[in-house]
Amino acid sequence: MATVNSVTTTNPVETDGRGVPLVEVHDLRKTYQLGETEVHALRGVSVSIHAGDFVAIMGASGSGKSTFMNILGCLDKPTSGRYLLEGVDVSRLTKKELARIRNQKIGFVFQGFNLLGRTTALENTELPMLYSKTNKNDRDRRAREALAQVGLADRADHFPSQLSGGQQQRVAIARALVNQPRILLADEPTGNLDSRTSVEVMEIFQRLNLTGLTIILVTHEPDIAQFAKREIVFRDGQIRRDDVVKVPHMASEVLKTMPTIRD
Amino acid sequence: MDFSSAFVLALRALGRNKMRSSLTMLGLIIGVGAVIAVIGIGDGAATKAQEQLAAMGSNMLFVGSGSVNRYGLHVGSFQTKSLVLADARAIVRECPSVSAAAPGTGIGQQVVYGNENWATQITGTEPQYFEVRNWPFASGTSFSEDDVTQAATVAVLGDTVRKDLFGSRNPVGETIRVGTLPFKVVGVLTPKGTSAGSNQDQDDVIIAPLTTVQKKLLGQEWLRWIMVSAVSRQSSYVAQQQIESLLRDRHKIRAGDPDDFVVRNLADMADAAAEQGTVMTVLLTIVASIALLVGGIGIMNIMLVSVTERTREIGIRMAVGATEEDVRLQFLIEALVLGLIGGTIGILFGVTSSLAVSQGLGWPIRIPAYAIAVSTLFAITIALFFGFYPARRASRLNPIEALRYE
Ligand SMILES: Nc1ncnc2c1ncn2[C@@H]1O[C@H](COP(=O)(O)OP(=O)(O)O)[C@@H](O)[C@H]1O
Ligand SMILES: [Mg+2]
Repeated sequence: MATVNSVTTTNPVETDGRGVPLVEVHDLRKTYQLGETEVHALRGVSVSIHAGDFVAIMGASGSGKSTFMNILGCLDKPTSGRYLLEGVDVSRLTKKELARIRNQKIGFVFQGFNLLGRTTALENTELPMLYSKTNKNDRDRRAREALAQVGLADRADHFPSQLSGGQQQRVAIARALVNQPRILLADEPTGNLDSRTSVEVMEIFQRLNLTGLTIILVTHEPDIAQFAKREIVFRDGQIRRDDVVKVPHMASEVLKTMPTIRD
Repeated sequence: MDFSSAFVLALRALGRNKMRSSLTMLGLIIGVGAVIAVIGIGDGAATKAQEQLAAMGSNMLFVGSGSVNRYGLHVGSFQTKSLVLADARAIVRECPSVSAAAPGTGIGQQVVYGNENWATQITGTEPQYFEVRNWPFASGTSFSEDDVTQAATVAVLGDTVRKDLFGSRNPVGETIRVGTLPFKVVGVLTPKGTSAGSNQDQDDVIIAPLTTVQKKLLGQEWLRWIMVSAVSRQSSYVAQQQIESLLRDRHKIRAGDPDDFVVRNLADMADAAAEQGTVMTVLLTIVASIALLVGGIGIMNIMLVSVTERTREIGIRMAVGATEEDVRLQFLIEALVLGLIGGTIGILFGVTSSLAVSQGLGWPIRIPAYAIAVSTLFAITIALFFGFYPARRASRLNPIEALRYE
């Protein structure tokens, strides 16, 4: 098992005896060619993330956070470097195998929700199962369970246009969960939400993390990062800081101190 | 993704843009409709032509007195006076391939029965005419050889004349007036329909002894035509050659000079009828191909628009695990559903329009099962062919760019 020194020394969580990291990247680089100029979005990122971790990625706009997340999510490939997911070198996989990983092992939550319009919450939640040979009954049952997990059992037949932003993001989380992935990747999931709704989303994440789900979350709000267990800061396509959050905030506690806006 | 989910998905996607989907299908509807019409009408025309030719009499040849102007396909315009009864007798006697011949002439006349008045054609001929033309009687009988010898004023009615003069009454035994002459009706023929060549009503006719028409109505000794039966269908061309050389000989026409008569046989007429059918089929095939092509391009155009509009949707699907094949399948099935619905409407449209055409032209309608199969296959092939490129384009989208698409 190869470890990356700079990361392991600043990351006490990453001690031996935990087996193969869920995510392990070595010297990850991504260069975009924009006409004559080259844009170096990632300039050598190395990090290991173990199962059960809850990582918040911070950093200025343009520092490469989304690029990193897209590679972790198998939506994009690095220009160079290695990415091992559960010990498997992802760069060797075919497009079809990558699609299967996105379907089975990864749940993605986006800033802009990315729900299908004119499609109910239930059907949006069922979407990943359309691509995993799940029969109609199981699809329905599991989608309803996932919606219940995010507190939207009673909104199954609503269309996105009939839901608030927070509710839409919870549908997106239900969709990400429905195939029981190993990792939840969330790129600025609270970017379009007000502060109370943001904390509600973090409460869901913390609850999911307690059940063992690994979460990697991009945010530019320091308050939000405080709900995670570990905080990584990007700058100019590199990791500048990788710290344990000493005492993570409990979203359920914070919610009690916040004024209720809705019902 | 499994097929049934993909189908439901496709139906919904198309249902969201009903107007657009129907317009997209229009070209296909017209194309498939035309294919059905081509086959249906072509088949009907062929059947009809065959029926007509069979009705004209098996192995039949037509000898007409010549026209001065001998261009075109008309079977003589009865200008020459050289065709005579002796020619008819000689044809039977001297041409080995001929089994029977009926000489004839004709004149247009006003016919009166009671208050009913009808303008029709009076044909003068001999009793064997009915056998040569394979024309059975509905009631009564033919006039006799004696009637011909005596130039008796007796008549056989075609079905159209019977209907117009007598309605539902039985004409046999009644007396009608042709011009100024009273004729006794001895028989009524079964209906024969329109003729293959000219589309004339063959039942709009009164048939009387040759001599009666020649002497009492026309005042002419010569014949306008002779209907000839060859001994078999195969021998009709040989019979034609025998008749031609015999008549040239009898009419003393020198080598190099044109005939003063015309001989046509059934095979020629069959060819002419078949040619008409072919022209129609070719025209409709062109229309069908163009419409199918236009329909296909329409499908491609709309599918490309749809792929662009749904870029984000495609990105979302890919992000949650859709493979390139899944995305391609989704759009191909949308094209397929367009093809199937368009094809089905096209078949209904084709059947309806062929029915209308057959009604208008009096052709029998026959739409064989293979016509439905062929046009359905066409619709599906076109839809898949023209749907393939947009579907491939959708499947090749980069998921990240697709997700970012506004
Ligand atoms: N498809 C692309 N083509 C060219 N440059 C890109 C592309 N995607 C991202 N970049 C560039 O890469 C850098 C990192 O972008 P990104 O990962 O989106 O940053 P962040 O999410 O931290 O704001 C930026 O400079 C951005 O302009
Ligand atoms: Mg970003």
